[in-house]
Amino acid sequence: MNSVGEGCTELKREYDQCFNRWFAEKFLKGDRSGDPCIEMFKNYQQCVQKAIKDKDIPIEGVEFMGPNKEKPGS
Amino acid sequence: MVKYFLGLSVLKSSWDQVFVAFWQRYPNPYSKHVLTEDILFREVTPDNRLISRRLLTKTNRAPRWTEKYLPSNMARSAYIIEDSIVDPQSRTLTTFTWNISHARYMAVEERCVYGVNPDNNSWTEIKREAWISSNLFGLSRALQEFGLARFKSSITKTMKGFEFILAKMQGGTPSRTLAETAKEATDKVKETALAATEKAKDLASQAQKKQQYV
Repeated sequence: MNSVGEGCTELKREYDQCFNRWFAEKFLKGDRSGDPCIEMFKNYQQCVQKAIKDKDIPIEGVEFMGPNKEKPGS
Repeated sequence: MVKYFLGLSVLKSSWDQVFVAFWQRYPNPYSKHVLTEDILFREVTPDNRLISRRLLTKTNRAPRWTEKYLPSNMARSAYIIEDSIVDPQSRTLTTFTWNISHARYMAVEERCVYGVNPDNNSWTEIKREAWISSNLFGLSRALQEFGLARFKSSITKTMKGFEFILAKMQGGTPSRTLAETAKEATDKVKETALAATEKAKDLASQAQKKQQYV
């Protein structure tokens, strides 16, 4: 899958591979030994956050799960 | 106006397989409309839950008939954010997804909870709720008014056409007949206009009277 930043797709793929392995083999099994993909994530993030600024994508100031707070609980 | 949707789906796979697949589901043959995918934020919380924010761009597929009513330079792709929490202790995945572009025209918000199917614990169920709202819903009323006005004026044209042809068929001097018809029509219009003015005056004075009693 492509990144929104055309030049970030490679960095994204590298990070995704690392993440998917850790997620399935460690995280879901209750292994709390920590995230080994932090460096890769940093590199990928630097690239993608720049692309987002360049494209004026309105992600600023949106609280995590923000709009969910207004929805009735179920 | 908000439309609410509630649904329940089942995947015949175990919760952990589904959670793994959740991060790898793009691209797939049914996601041609999804153009890009990015993780913007990710963190493991102190209570060992994984929170993430994913940004998607999707093609903006509006039906043809709306094109006339929407700005011609409206962006062809839409931005969507999906926030999620994976909790391996409770074996649940909660997502909240909403569009951050085009919201003026239509806002779609979706909340999903993925969890172990209570009837078969090797399956996964997804409870899905959505809220859809649109200012465009007012467009349907505008279209109705427009349609009705156009229909009325086309009846007038139809009747005029008939009268013209009938006059020709019945011989006589079409021009005189036409002039008579035209005069009758004009008179009728004047009558109608007079009646309308009277009615308007009436309504206005009634309104005034009401005001006096307020």
